[in-house]
Amino acid sequence: MTEERFEPKIVAFLCNWCSYRAADLAGTARIKYEPNVRMIRVMCSGRVDPAFVLKALALGADGVMIAGCHPGECHYLEQNYKTMRRFSMLKHTLSSIGVEDERVRLQWASAAEGVQLAEAINKMVNQVRELGPLNWSSHWSENGEVETAIERLAEEHADAMEVPA
Amino acid sequence: MTAKKAAKKAEKGKLALYWAASCGGCEIAVLGINEKILDVANAFDIVLWPVAVDAKIHSIEKMKDKSIDLCLFNGAIRTSEQEYMARLMRQKSKALVAFGSCAHEGCIPGLANATTKEAIFQTAYHDTPTTVNPDGIRPQTETEVDEGTLYLPFFYETVKTLGQTVNVDYYLPGCPPEPERIWDAIVAILENKLPAPGSVIGAETTVCDDCPRTRDEKKITEFKRTWEIIPDTETCLLEQGLVCCGIATRAGCGALCPTVGSPCIGCYGPNEGVEDFGARMMTALASVIDSDDPEEIDRIIREGIPDPIGTFYRFSLANSELRRIALPANGGSDAKLETAEPA
Repeated sequence: MTEERFEPKIVAFLCNWCSYRAADLAGTARIKYEPNVRMIRVMCSGRVDPAFVLKALALGADGVMIAGCHPGECHYLEQNYKTMRRFSMLKHTLSSIGVEDERVRLQWASAAEGVQLAEAINKMVNQVRELGPLNWSSHWSENGEVETAIERLAEEHADAMEVPA
Repeated sequence: MTAKKAAKKAEKGKLALYWAASCGGCEIAVLGINEKILDVANAFDIVLWPVAVDAKIHSIEKMKDKSIDLCLFNGAIRTSEQEYMARLMRQKSKALVAFGSCAHEGCIPGLANATTKEAIFQTAYHDTPTTVNPDGIRPQTETEVDEGTLYLPFFYETVKTLGQTVNVDYYLPGCPPEPERIWDAIVAILENKLPAPGSVIGAETTVCDDCPRTRDEKKITEFKRTWEIIPDTETCLLEQGLVCCGIATRAGCGALCPTVGSPCIGCYGPNEGVEDFGARMMTALASVIDSDDPEEIDRIIREGIPDPIGTFYRFSLANSELRRIALPANGGSDAKLETAEPA
């Protein structure tokens, strides 16, 4: 029996004006890319709160991509510069939490760059596949004996109240 | 109706206070309501309050379910014994209030999630200069003695909030909650004028709204640590380069720290509608950095915020989306413990 290949789940936030259209272009031009991304369209990469990324990772995503217009080409003038700074702040925090760098990626892709976006997706999927599953919520689970210890406490309290004969 | 009348009018109920992983400051904060504690005693029989009243856990266990009207529970959950008490108080109480930052969002005990249980034991039982432990003994959860088996609670790998452990009716934020807010909450409970279950009893604005400093456009090219500058008394501290958490923090304290020149550290927890305090701080601080050059941005952040967990999650790591740092032997993630050292 062959071992099944790990297929990472990647959540991608794509801006409406450039990156989502790049993905559309990749589709109409029949450019193939890895099917591991779940794309979410947002009006601007500046809309992507770091909380979205953290929540995606906590809920089971193995990686998150944020894609937006190239710096200087934002539909809303300069919001993608805010994305850039926020992303830097987020990466800085994630590295001290112990989330590998490759799991969160910022990608600029104009509406004409279907090929580049597809390449970036392929690259990221491969990198995350190398790293393996993130499975973040497994970090929260406690030893199974804890439940027994909790149940034992009520008995102990009752025993302690008994006056020895 | 004044609170006093409300206290008289209401039938005498039962009140419990309990502490789990906390410092005891919340207990003192309750006494900060001063002589109004007498009104509380008029309105309630205190059935459990380990710091002040001699009551047995066993007598709580024997009470009927939901027979305690109000339980103010402070402290985070870090041992199996604390989890047991959280479940017990939930079962016996009509209204369970997560009282203070530890129960609400983990607070300082929750910063243990920036390291591991193994590292904590290593420090506490071996490495500290005042520890004398030549046999390298560590506490065990079970020990056989002549009289039988002795048990100690399990020490959790990850500190939890009260809300992550049991269903919580109301949250009272603050480290510790200000006496005025505690009194407001008690009055709200006595007068039955409570918000929807699950909500935070408190303001819906931020510390900035209470701060007397002048705010203008924020443009920062360098973050400064508190010891590096003496801030002027008029201007917003963030505009002066200090990482002030007032922008993300719920009002309720009266902006005590920024008023006297010390940046807000976020003890009142996230403002209404914010789930992850750190994410909100990252967003806010990113907006004020005055640079469009990726390398310069990286440098400003790296040099200005050497300890992102301690800066963004000082009070809320356990309640954040990710809750803790990665454990070394898990999913290939390699926790960088050295960066989790306090700055």
